[in-house]
Amino acid sequence: MNGFPVLTTILLAPVAAALIMTFIPRNESKLIKCIAAVGTFVSMALSLYVYFSYDTALGGLQFAEKIPWIRDLGVNWFLAVDGISLPMLLLTNLIGFSAVFASWNVDNRPREFFILLCLLITGVMGTFVAHDLFIFLLFYEVVVIPIYILVIIWGSSKRVTKEYAGMKLTIYLLIGSAFLLVGVIAFFVKAAGVLGQPNMSFTALAEAGKQLSAFDQTWLFALMLFGFGSLVSMWPFHSWSPDGYAGAPTAVSMIHAGVLKKIGGYGLVKIALYMLPVGAKFWAPYMAVLGVAGVTYAAFAALAQKDLKYIVGYSSVSHMGYVMLAIGSFSVIGINGAVANMFAHGVMAALFFSTVGFIYEKTHTRWIPDLGGLARQVPRLAVAFMLAALASLGLPGLISFIPEFTIFVASFKVYGGLAVIGIAGIILTALYALRAGANTLFGPPREEYDHLEDIRGPEMVPLVVLGTVLVVGGILPSLLFDMVNSGAATLMTHVESAVKLGGVFK
Amino acid sequence: MIPDLSLIVPELAMAVLGLMVLIFGLIIPRGSRHGLGWFAALALLGVTGLVLAGWNNGGNLYGNLYVVDQFSQFFKITFLLAAFLVVLGSMRYVDRHLGGQSEYYSILIFATLGMMVMSSANDFMTMYLGLELMTISFIILVCFRRLEAKSLESGMKYVLLAGMSSAVLLYGLSLVYGITGTVVISEVGKILAMRAPLPLLMLGVVMLVAGLGFKISAVPFHMWSPDIYEGAPTPITAFLAVGSKAASFAILIRIFVVGMFGISLNWELLLAILAAVTIIVGNLVAIPQTNIKRLLAYSSIAQAGYILVGLVTASQDGVKGVLFYAFLYVFATVGAFTVASHFYNVTGSDEIKDYAGLAQRSPLMAAVMVVAMLSMAGIPPLAGFVGKFYLFMTIVENYLWLAFIGLIMSMVSVYYYLRVALVMYRNDPLDSTPIAVSAPVTVTLVVAMAVTLFLGIYPGPVAEVVNNAAHSFFMH
Repeated sequence: MNGFPVLTTILLAPVAAALIMTFIPRNESKLIKCIAAVGTFVSMALSLYVYFSYDTALGGLQFAEKIPWIRDLGVNWFLAVDGISLPMLLLTNLIGFSAVFASWNVDNRPREFFILLCLLITGVMGTFVAHDLFIFLLFYEVVVIPIYILVIIWGSSKRVTKEYAGMKLTIYLLIGSAFLLVGVIAFFVKAAGVLGQPNMSFTALAEAGKQLSAFDQTWLFALMLFGFGSLVSMWPFHSWSPDGYAGAPTAVSMIHAGVLKKIGGYGLVKIALYMLPVGAKFWAPYMAVLGVAGVTYAAFAALAQKDLKYIVGYSSVSHMGYVMLAIGSFSVIGINGAVANMFAHGVMAALFFSTVGFIYEKTHTRWIPDLGGLARQVPRLAVAFMLAALASLGLPGLISFIPEFTIFVASFKVYGGLAVIGIAGIILTALYALRAGANTLFGPPREEYDHLEDIRGPEMVPLVVLGTVLVVGGILPSLLFDMVNSGAATLMTHVESAVKLGGVFK
Repeated sequence: MIPDLSLIVPELAMAVLGLMVLIFGLIIPRGSRHGLGWFAALALLGVTGLVLAGWNNGGNLYGNLYVVDQFSQFFKITFLLAAFLVVLGSMRYVDRHLGGQSEYYSILIFATLGMMVMSSANDFMTMYLGLELMTISFIILVCFRRLEAKSLESGMKYVLLAGMSSAVLLYGLSLVYGITGTVVISEVGKILAMRAPLPLLMLGVVMLVAGLGFKISAVPFHMWSPDIYEGAPTPITAFLAVGSKAASFAILIRIFVVGMFGISLNWELLLAILAAVTIIVGNLVAIPQTNIKRLLAYSSIAQAGYILVGLVTASQDGVKGVLFYAFLYVFATVGAFTVASHFYNVTGSDEIKDYAGLAQRSPLMAAVMVVAMLSMAGIPPLAGFVGKFYLFMTIVENYLWLAFIGLIMSMVSVYYYLRVALVMYRNDPLDSTPIAVSAPVTVTLVVAMAVTLFLGIYPGPVAEVVNNAAHSFFMH
């Protein structure tokens, strides 16, 4: 497949599906769903192919495609993957494909729903395959509008109205990205000054970035930290996350918690840290502190929730705290842990949200006191729920154990006591995850739920796809870690050499 | 000696076209004039072709009073395309609400001619001539619905306020003339570059900023625009927001970047503050609006603030940003106003709450409205994002605070744009009959949306053209 633009194909398959859907009569919902499934399946199959044919021994950028795009800004249509972006790409497609099936029962205006969903998936994928900062930004904000419309039409109003949730998600993301944009534009102009010509490719910007003065790197990094940090729900900019997920329809919660917020973590590693190493070094301790604060704060908040979606929402904030802690540890092992944990949490959160979505769809409630004993009535759903809950607390044998362990190893070496507080968060996680499982699934079955049908047919797809990844990733962690390590090692070599240089003092 | 008229073929063609449409209107009996709109639209496209044909054919006329360079030609293309889209979008409106009067097209063509003259004028008199041709045409167009009180009221307001602003502008010009002794802008530039600025000159500069600030509706000279935008026939509002504003920017650039280049340190901060205030006020006041035309009026005030950002550094990159943004702004604005105008034709309402369920009644109209608005907000992959990138790139070195204000406020603007999207997409329609979109309106909407998307995803070719145009501007 030499020369075949496989990344562009992955990117455009859902767009093609969306285009085809616009021509299908709006009431043929089964056909629309099938087309969405095919579009996302093509992307998933191709990204699996790319994942397994990526040469980790060789490392670096592979499957690169480069077409000149905007000459006077030095922008190229430059798509490529490395060990950090490839797991994220795969994650997006696994979740995207599952999300289509998790929405199999959407019957209110299905055509618009699946068109927007496909565009959303494309937007997320685009950020992970772009190797050009401008192209990255194009995709970075593309997702905002589909999400807003998906939430306000198909969302649910429980504790907060869906209009409120949608607007909160949007405004947080946009204000964050306004600061990010200022940072990126200022950085780009400075980098063009260093390079002598405008260039937007990650590699060139990283070369230019390390030659900036320590002062410049520090304030530019701060802007990016705010932008990416609010997307990754870094404490104290996390409050959009539980409300937003609670208001969003299942598929949006899956994609948002599963991959979209990972764009924040990915951007911090692949853009902010990579391009502004001295700035990153300065802010690393602050990131670690905010990370631990997020872990504990959100875990306590999750303990107090009675709405299933809020529990998963706060748990995702808590897990992203580990990612911040890991990035703050500023080492290869830490970055390994951060990226792997984003992958692991993505799979788990998506599975969690899809099961919660099915429970809500069937019982019409997410309120834990109203639930109980569902394991008898809907055993398959219960299996999915428990898998996600156990992965969430980092049970060995499931995918998230090793990433979390790695993070603790890396952060303990640097921060000691702080890391211990972070590790203690696991206990709280176990408490709320197991309690939610116990109160929802076990105990005496309730009569009013006797008529429930267990998930079957297309509804099984999220469980099968994501559950398989959870288990396989736990048993064969090298599948994930070899890949991540090949990317993180290259990145940190660059960063450490740049930090030694210490920025240019002017 | 007869001057080389080949340079002004497009202008001559426009004058002929305007008269021709007027005469056709007299000959053709009322009731069978529906084709006149098509004729005017296609002829405007033809004139655009003439400008394109003379793209590399620059020079000056009448002893440097009239300059034809790529900068002015780019603006001419922008005006002509805007006029083309407005004419297409207004045919039905003319038939229904203006009694099929053919003078409408003719005056619209003369207004466009005025803009073309403005973009090429290299001396104060010629410039003023073009400006008045445009303004007087617009006064007639604004009160074209002569049986409607609202339309007449806004026409009256426009007469008074435009007259006043012209007076201020003229006074500023006369001060500058008094100091430099010439009305040719490039000569003014040469003289001012060699001289220390006098307080009197500063007074002149302030007058110029005020007079032109009125034309581009920069805060605090914006008061007229929401009222007049609301009262004028909607297609005219679109043309006023696009054409009049872009043409005023053309002369603003020529006066300041060419004429006042030598004293740029004295006005850069003034323009930066003007831009910041315009962006902030325009966006904040747009939030509580309930009428779509007023909302778009305030948002177009904010847009003027963004375009001003490109002028702040008086650099080639800045001019490039202005050209690019003005071009994309045409398509976004015309798209949004055409939806509003067509919606009014069908339902007779301009209230945002009546847009409920538009996504189900006419998916195309709702999509164009959202795309146009989000492009103005600068959300990728739409053209506005690239435009803002070009504009803000020029100021991050020296005016970082302005970049913060601009980008944060553009995210604030998403809030009120999305409220319109909310009404159109979430709410169920009160009256669920589909809205039929006629062929010319469809063309306008599709072109507006396609260009906005295309410029956002692949701005390369247009960026190169504006780059050359901005370069040509700095050649002399």
